[in-house]
Amino acid sequence: MTTDNASPQEPHDGEHLKPLLPILDQHSTRRTLLKTAGAALGLAAFGEALSPLMVIPENVSVDEFLQQHYKELTDEDKKKVFARLEAETKERFGANVTITDAKPIPGVRFAYAINVSKCNGNGKCMEACNKENNHHRGVDQSYIRVLEMTKGSMDMEHGSTTYDHTVPQDDKFYLPVQCQQCDNPPCVSACPIEATWKEDDGIVVVDYNWCIGCRYCEAACPYHARRFNWELPEIPAEEVNPNQGYLSNRIRPQGAMEKCHFCLHRTREGRAPACQEACPTGARVFGDLNDPDSAINYVLKNKRVFVLKEELGTKPSFFYFFD
Amino acid sequence: MSGWRGVITSVILLAMLAGVTATMQIRASSDAEDGGSGAEALPDGSSVIHEKPSAVSSNTLVQPETFPVTVRKPSGPPRVATNLKDIHGEAVTVACSTCHSTRSPNLQNKTPHSLDEFHSGMKFTHGTVSCLSCHNAADYDSLQLADGHRVEFTDVMTLCGQCHGPQMKDYEHGVHGGLNGYWDLSRGPQQKNNCVDCHNPHTPQFPKMQPTFKPKDRFLEQSRSEH
Repeated sequence: MTTDNASPQEPHDGEHLKPLLPILDQHSTRRTLLKTAGAALGLAAFGEALSPLMVIPENVSVDEFLQQHYKELTDEDKKKVFARLEAETKERFGANVTITDAKPIPGVRFAYAINVSKCNGNGKCMEACNKENNHHRGVDQSYIRVLEMTKGSMDMEHGSTTYDHTVPQDDKFYLPVQCQQCDNPPCVSACPIEATWKEDDGIVVVDYNWCIGCRYCEAACPYHARRFNWELPEIPAEEVNPNQGYLSNRIRPQGAMEKCHFCLHRTREGRAPACQEACPTGARVFGDLNDPDSAINYVLKNKRVFVLKEELGTKPSFFYFFD
Repeated sequence: MSGWRGVITSVILLAMLAGVTATMQIRASSDAEDGGSGAEALPDGSSVIHEKPSAVSSNTLVQPETFPVTVRKPSGPPRVATNLKDIHGEAVTVACSTCHSTRSPNLQNKTPHSLDEFHSGMKFTHGTVSCLSCHNAADYDSLQLADGHRVEFTDVMTLCGQCHGPQMKDYEHGVHGGLNGYWDLSRGPQQKNNCVDCHNPHTPQFPKMQPTFKPKDRFLEQSRSEH
């Protein structure tokens, strides 16, 4: 198509105007014609390939578009980015929030364990997660799914999340599943742009602004632990949790992946994760694997412990145990 | 926005330069370079302020003292409702000893079933222990241990722990009863429940619950309904 435009121009430019390219000054031979046509075609193809860059989506500011990967941000950059995100939250949600950047505590390695003898499937953990992590209220999103499982089965693929009766049922047990913070995380390998990675304390995090929303990680995760933001979350201003972390519970943009981050904005300050505090049965145990006296190590040493889908070699930092 | 377009134009032109130099020269190359350098100098810094978290962590390193673990305690001996109201309209409650100090204990009564005057409708599903396994016949405003020693209602965990050793051991290691506050005691305090916060001593099995919160999960709901 562009070649058609280029070749007829040739004689006119050559006669009267100073041509843009010296090649247009030359005699019109078969060789120069082919050269010109080839060059124009190549140029057009290159321009076409880059054309998506010319269009910035309406809901993305230029600053956001040009923002670097989290790991490449200097402290100075972070200050600006966080201030911008805080202003955007104020504008879009009407809430005054503080976005922080809690770093891993040196020497700490987080792990979680759930007592399936105690969990009764009441779902308070999902509710607490929804509130703590500024999830979309419209779909009551949560990083946790509590599966109702038939006793004797260990296949989480056959668990039900839609049960709606008093719990626990006698022939069922309950298996809360959230990000297992794998030591060999398939989601991290699947991400084509390194928008998700494993931090030193074992938490797998997502840079929501770097994520392009391809959902490869969602497909790669054998625990169905990743969620996609189909739309911008709807949260009433008074329900927005103002204590936000850049890599954790800040309100996610539309089109970004998200997942459980062990409430890192809380746990990296020493506090318990929201789901653990909310659990009325005391089934949840959280702590530091590197501390030999921690509750989590007591579980690993003294209880019958298993991990989900061990055969996949994902090496979860998330354990389940029986009394 | 115009600066951004400048970047794109310069990228295209530079690529042309690299890819097609064999056949052509570009007169406007100096313009392209100018546009490129201008766009690269993007964010400039103002002043550096130390972050709060680092200040907090260095503070805790200086004083490695640990914060306390607080176990909630029952407020005291239970009060019994009388169905009467006082002059202010408040319900009148009485201490256990109000009645029990005037009558002598009948050791034949092992369960509420054999009671015909008081406590008769009470549900009791706590194994085969009898009332006086825990209640103190010498002073009904307190409890008693298996060896007959008096123990206050506020120290009920000592009583429970006599039989429920494994649970007590788990509790002491932070694996039973849940917690609130800080997992890291070098950074903040922790609060824990006591036995009777979650377990009714007469019907100790954890009660059934009705789930109230259901995420509307897009892809799982459909595949689940097929099963």
